[in-house]
Amino acid sequence: MSQGLTMVVCIKQVPDSAQIRVHPVTNTIMRQGVPTIINPYDLFALEQALALRDQLGGTVTVLTMGPQMAETSLRKAMGHGADRAILLTDRFFAGSDTLATSFALSAAIGKINAETPVDVVFTGKQTIDGDTAQVGPGIARRMGLNQLTYVSAIPAIDKAAGEITAHRRAEGGVQVLKTKLPCLVTMLEGTNELRRGSLPDVLRAERAEITTWNAKDAGIEDVTKCGLKGSPTKVSKVFAPKPRSERAAMIEGADATPAAIAAAAVETLVAADPALPGVITRPSALA
Amino acid sequence: MTTEHFDAIVVGAGPAGNSATLTLARGGLKVLQIERGEYPGAKNVQGAVLYADAVEKLIPDFRDSAPLERHIIEQRIWMLDDTSYVGSHFRSDNFNEDKPNRYTILRAQFDKWFNKKVKEAGALVICETTVTGLLRDKKGRVTGVTTDRDQGEVTADVVVLADGVNAVLGTRAGLRPEVRPKDVALGVKETMFLPRETIDARFNLKGNEGVVIEAAGTITAGMTGTGFLYTNGDSLSVGIGCLISDFAESGVRPYDLLERFKRHPAIAPLIEGAEVKEYVAHMLPEGGYEAVPPLYGDGWVVAGDSAQFLNAMHREGSNLAMTSGRLAGETIVAAKKAGKKMSAKTLKAYRAALDDSFVLKDLKKYRRLPKVLETNKHFFTEYPRLLTHAAETWLRVDGVTKREKERDIVSAFRHRRRLSGLVSDMFKMGRAWR
Repeated sequence: MSQGLTMVVCIKQVPDSAQIRVHPVTNTIMRQGVPTIINPYDLFALEQALALRDQLGGTVTVLTMGPQMAETSLRKAMGHGADRAILLTDRFFAGSDTLATSFALSAAIGKINAETPVDVVFTGKQTIDGDTAQVGPGIARRMGLNQLTYVSAIPAIDKAAGEITAHRRAEGGVQVLKTKLPCLVTMLEGTNELRRGSLPDVLRAERAEITTWNAKDAGIEDVTKCGLKGSPTKVSKVFAPKPRSERAAMIEGADATPAAIAAAAVETLVAADPALPGVITRPSALA
Repeated sequence: MTTEHFDAIVVGAGPAGNSATLTLARGGLKVLQIERGEYPGAKNVQGAVLYADAVEKLIPDFRDSAPLERHIIEQRIWMLDDTSYVGSHFRSDNFNEDKPNRYTILRAQFDKWFNKKVKEAGALVICETTVTGLLRDKKGRVTGVTTDRDQGEVTADVVVLADGVNAVLGTRAGLRPEVRPKDVALGVKETMFLPRETIDARFNLKGNEGVVIEAAGTITAGMTGTGFLYTNGDSLSVGIGCLISDFAESGVRPYDLLERFKRHPAIAPLIEGAEVKEYVAHMLPEGGYEAVPPLYGDGWVVAGDSAQFLNAMHREGSNLAMTSGRLAGETIVAAKKAGKKMSAKTLKAYRAALDDSFVLKDLKKYRRLPKVLETNKHFFTEYPRLLTHAAETWLRVDGVTKREKERDIVSAFRHRRRLSGLVSDMFKMGRAWR
């Protein structure tokens, strides 16, 4: 058995949503010139993997699927200390939804696994552009990995015993879970602080050859499961919601009874929206 | 400490740093460029007008790929008082040439493009890394830099300081005196979105034609400085700048000054309906020739803003930066080829090349100007008022005889400046201009 942990961190290059602007005239999203960043949630996954490497040894591979320019994000991740970067890029991948994305990433992770058995696959809890939180679980399901989502800490990993202990955020508290390796972990935000790479890290990242795989390289034979073809989700329209200009109404009349005020309010609402009378009955209980 | 050694390290990825790095990489040197911003251009601020000549000398076909906004076909120079302006406009179809001479640009985009060329030439460029100091040997020779990263020291035969107007590295290392407040201006600028068609209609433009307006007068509230308005593709750059020492003394807030400038009746209609996209502030080295620090030493040279290379009178800076960066690069490449050590004796050739170029010749020509403008604030208050008064008196038809109007204009000048003042002003400006 090899020493240390073999870890894969899936990252996504996303538009910096803080810098997206809506065109003042056409009201459409101005995509041009919007800077791209690594999905912020993925950075917690990256740091968790690097911390485990510090502790137990091993390797951290960053993996992304995207256009050629996603290489920038991979280099950035290497600048923080990742050992190796793989870019999964192919025109067949264009227009992938979460189902098709998890299919392609699973294939690539499968290929890495064939080189060296992977112990842990990391993702962020979700992306800031899609917000679905589906790709991580999708990979786990396809690859038959145990999945730990919304993880806030990994207090122990025992590679010899093939066990991992994780803290998972749940409604009303923290679950302490133990499961078998290999597994997939989606990391919660705010759980750690990404390290700044050393100068040698940054120099190495800038010069590194980024491994680039197309669908065939990743071992994907059925490209109909990729990209637009493999995506049951269809985006029919993207638009900025109309700004609402209705003003809040102040209800006057300290002398009136609550029933009278309510009746008047209902009257006003019904007058404003003729579709309402069918669903609203007068609040007779207050009368 | 990395065990790696470079032929040259360039600090900064602005016009000076990019020009130096490009020249060094093309010369076959192993060069490392270090930038503190997230990407080259992220921290860089300018008006911004690009002068083709300096870029062409490095990248002759830059027009094919560089992100350019508009080429300038009209220049307006205005003197403003609180309600009026007098000015001169020069617009020429000759500027609609195959290879235009001046362009408006957005620096964040242009510098990124420029640096791509630098990388393609073979330089190693790292960002988000701040150079914190210079490594020196026992004899004081510069042998490399320290950065804000772990194991952050890296060595080189020579370091090119293109670290910008604050000149932090040279100052910290005692290679130059601290930058003085009276030698530095603070400029504030807004990039305001306006549809292309509106700009075209408002400034009478078609295609990629552009207009630049330079303005001086009471808009700077008695401080030494100027305002400007440049047309970009679908935005306007509107800004104003004054000497730091004047801001400090007057207590005027820079953004208040910009707001006032934007509300001026000459400017307001031009920017009406425009939406602020970006707000920036930056310092400009306006001390001129007298403020130029030592430019070379054992293992180091300095270029661009960091060397105070800015011609305030002609609103030129980036071209001086590019030219100085290129000359620094050429000097180092030549020395390397000749197998010389990067000593002060060798790098003296850089100073000689600058002396021989427009960079130091132009700065030398106007060497008296910063002092004249700094100590004669009435150039920014009295004269605009007198000129607008003269124009208004002359143009208003109200039954007053022309001779009386002439007398009124002349007496206004005499009253405000006296004959001796007028003569002395003319003498001072004349001498500063020579």
